[in-house]
Amino acid sequence: MAQVIKEERSLYRNIFVEDIGDSRCLKFSVKRKNSSQSCIYKSAPHKLVFTYTKFVMSALMFNAQPEKVLIIGLGGGTLSNNLLQLYPDIHIDNVEIDPAVVKVASDYFDFKENDKVVTYIQDGRIFIKRALLKKSQYDLIILDAFNGEYIPEHLLTKEFLEETQGLLSERGILVSNTFSTSRLYHHESATYHAVFGDFYSIKDLQSSGNRVIVAAKNLPSIDSLQVQIESLKQPLSQFDIELEKIIGFVQLEKNSPSEYRVLTDQYSPANLL
Amino acid sequence: MNKLGHNYFIYLLAFTSGFSIMGVELLGGRILAPYFGSSVHVWGSIITVFMLSLSLGYLLGGRLTLKQPSVSRYGTIFVFAGLTLLPLAYYATPILEFVFTHIEDSRYGSLLASMALFFIPTVILGMISPYSVRLLVTNQAQSGHVAGLLYFVSTLGSAIGTLMTSFYLVLWFEVNTIIFSFCLLLTILGGLALLLDKLESRYEQVQNQR
Repeated sequence: MAQVIKEERSLYRNIFVEDIGDSRCLKFSVKRKNSSQSCIYKSAPHKLVFTYTKFVMSALMFNAQPEKVLIIGLGGGTLSNNLLQLYPDIHIDNVEIDPAVVKVASDYFDFKENDKVVTYIQDGRIFIKRALLKKSQYDLIILDAFNGEYIPEHLLTKEFLEETQGLLSERGILVSNTFSTSRLYHHESATYHAVFGDFYSIKDLQSSGNRVIVAAKNLPSIDSLQVQIESLKQPLSQFDIELEKIIGFVQLEKNSPSEYRVLTDQYSPANLL
Repeated sequence: MNKLGHNYFIYLLAFTSGFSIMGVELLGGRILAPYFGSSVHVWGSIITVFMLSLSLGYLLGGRLTLKQPSVSRYGTIFVFAGLTLLPLAYYATPILEFVFTHIEDSRYGSLLASMALFFIPTVILGMISPYSVRLLVTNQAQSGHVAGLLYFVSTLGSAIGTLMTSFYLVLWFEVNTIIFSFCLLLTILGGLALLLDKLESRYEQVQNQR
């Protein structure tokens, strides 16, 4: 039996926390069935519920020792918590536009902050522009700002990705949670290709509509990652991630000429496509 | 041109100015988003600046009608409106960069940036409505009717400009292409008004000589 245990209003939306049996979800709408933004199992909060968050965590195989991480879009704070669990000394900047989401994450999803895990209430694009001015560098940037209903168009343009690329350290990777079904898909691919050239995507069309894009300044080949993969299998299993299985969903997307227009700050009708 | 055709032309121009004002306002959100996000306060800044500029434009446009109102002056307003929109396409980026690096708070940043980008062209576009009323009104009894009709036409232009820009133009064209089109449209119509006025006064001269 579903039960809404908390309703929080914000400048942007209404946020609901809903308990169903053992799972607790953060939702932006109670009416639509699949509107869960973030879920946890109350009895085992470390286990990941969504396939796409498993994909995002699996992307660690491309850079297994991130020291400085930037997460755009907090949700319940699951990714931040899990990274902290894996690497207790990690430095994480969480950026979330909506203060109400941060509050709900802390109160209901056990979102953990410390002097190295910090949250900024800001638009992701503004944070990235300011970080560029400060010449910050990140080993891992996770972009999880799309909630399935509305796409912040200024976070899906060539200029934005170039700015993000400018924040990546030499071995840094960008991990972006996007959709695998929509007309936007090809425009999105074209835009990522325009900035990063080749990239990896992780998707399982059978189980979810998500595509996790992994892009990097210097994209490693999967063959070169055996040592990292071996070392991650065990630690990732605590989050209910079967890395061996997820590797099967990873594919290299080669940069090739596309008939689809690249999205730019000048042309970004992401919500109309 | 006869009186009726003459009036249609002025309504057409008023329609176009309404169309352009809201078209540009909508693109304003696009232009500011990379620097200030697309939160409600960014829209607040844009709408504030447009309302403020329009109010001043109405005031100045009304004042201007006291001084030898003519279709050629009316056309000049359009030409200026078109020309002052051009920097929006050419200099938006350096202006936005400057404001972004100097003001941390995105509320005041977006307010100042909107002011720098939209104030002048919108004031000039705002001058068009009262000036149109002056050119159309011939007697006191009809003045309310004419003003009503004019608001109807220009606000309908605004509605269609909003819809076209947000539903279709941004899907088909780049932001700057749309702005150039507004510039070109306003300048050409202004030029046509100037031309029309010249032809009419020459025609009158010929008539008077007979």
